[in-house]
Amino acid sequence: MDLGELDARKGFFKETLAGLWSLVVGLKVTGKYFFRPQITVHYPRRTVDNIPSFRGPIELISREEDPAKPKCGACSMCVSACPSGCFTVTKKRPPAPTPEEIAEQKEKEARGEKVKKKAAPKEPERFLYDYSLCSLCGTCVEACPSGALRFSASPYRAAFDRKELVFDLLADLAERAREDRNPPGTGKTTE
Amino acid sequence: MGSFSIPVELIRIVVGVVAIAAFVALNAIILVYLERKVAGHIQRRPGPFEVGPHGILQTVADALKLVGKQLIKPAGADAFLFWLAPVLGFLPIFLFFLPMPFGPVLTTLEVPLGLLLILAFAGLNVLAICIAGWGSNNKWSLLGAARGVAQSVAYEIPLLLALLAVVFMKGSMNLSKIIDSQGAWPWQWNIVLQPLAFLIYFICAIAETNRAPFDLPEAESELTAGFHTEYSGMGFGLFFLAEYANMVVVCAVATTVFLGGWKGPFFSGSWWFLAKVYLLLMLMFWPRWTYPRVRFDQLLNFNWKWLMPLALANLLVTAFIMKVG
Repeated sequence: MDLGELDARKGFFKETLAGLWSLVVGLKVTGKYFFRPQITVHYPRRTVDNIPSFRGPIELISREEDPAKPKCGACSMCVSACPSGCFTVTKKRPPAPTPEEIAEQKEKEARGEKVKKKAAPKEPERFLYDYSLCSLCGTCVEACPSGALRFSASPYRAAFDRKELVFDLLADLAERAREDRNPPGTGKTTE
Repeated sequence: MGSFSIPVELIRIVVGVVAIAAFVALNAIILVYLERKVAGHIQRRPGPFEVGPHGILQTVADALKLVGKQLIKPAGADAFLFWLAPVLGFLPIFLFFLPMPFGPVLTTLEVPLGLLLILAFAGLNVLAICIAGWGSNNKWSLLGAARGVAQSVAYEIPLLLALLAVVFMKGSMNLSKIIDSQGAWPWQWNIVLQPLAFLIYFICAIAETNRAPFDLPEAESELTAGFHTEYSGMGFGLFFLAEYANMVVVCAVATTVFLGGWKGPFFSGSWWFLAKVYLLLMLMFWPRWTYPRVRFDQLLNFNWKWLMPLALANLLVTAFIMKVG
């Protein structure tokens, strides 16, 4: 038997022993985990809110100065970016002019001056999101120029009816602001 | 009574078979529950929890569901073979338990060649898998059956050789006699004299019962469910029952041959037998939730290149020592 062959045989037995040891290591890992406490909860009775990395349905981000107002400028970039057509966004209409303003405008028109109409505020009037169509691809989050969209960390948005999955994101935001809900990722488990 | 009387032995067998049927069904229910609990805890989740306290009635509910389901035969399947297979897989279970010594007197039938009886009828399980796969008219079933046959034929040999080493030492295939020759304390058990044989037997037993990591005949990720893909309701239920009963059988044989059977420190009896069997069953659950399934070539390589030579060498050394010593 030459030296190369001997080496090959040595390697074979070494590999076999290493393989056998890896089996023991595997059993040790699962054996250890068997005695560790469980990390899941019994869902309908208990829920969790400590999974900040969960990429749930899209939600609006509020403005820093007003938690009830979204950062959204109602530009509808998300509507055109969404491959599944999940979003329905309507921009707020300009505020109705007061009688004095109307009178002023008419006066100006009579003088032949150019009338400057009031600009519509850069805010959404309605922001609907059909979760039943969404595949959570995140294109809207990337497309949003104002950074007003993000994935929520809420895993409990199941429904019995498809229609219930059309979320009004503005109402959702307002509710969050009212409840002063903790931002996701506080590590708290709610009973 | 007159001239006609029922022989006592017959009554014993009938009572024994009824008891075995009850034992098998009860065991399957408990084992499925235990297995799911073990799986759950290893994966750090609770396992079945909703039906009954801590989910103990979950398997009862599952069994009732299985009983209530419709039996469907796929179009083009061979009706005779299709329905024969689950029955053929299940019936030998009774024969396995006939010579099993559960306790000092708790044996249905004293058979001088008890071990041989068990090993001989263990082959019927392979036939059942083969027929199920062939009769189902389904490619997955057929592939599963082909794998099952190759696997069972291969692993039966080292399994036999491992048991034969102990038979060489004790000079008997009577299970009660093998137990009698062992003492109550662990160092008086055959596993001390034949550790390699026990290891080989246990690995082969896992493979023979088609359990992970040797569950190639079922291989749900590749073959849907392998040989029992097309079975619904109790057709599937019988295969399932047979699988769990087979697990109990191989563990009971291991207990009898290697671990002193019903003998144990301080209070010998059926309790020790059951405790040892359940300990071995737990050892069978553990690898299932640890190792990935082996590939087919790995499976056969492992058998023919490792287990076979080792079992043969072990047998030869045993024979030599028995002859010379």
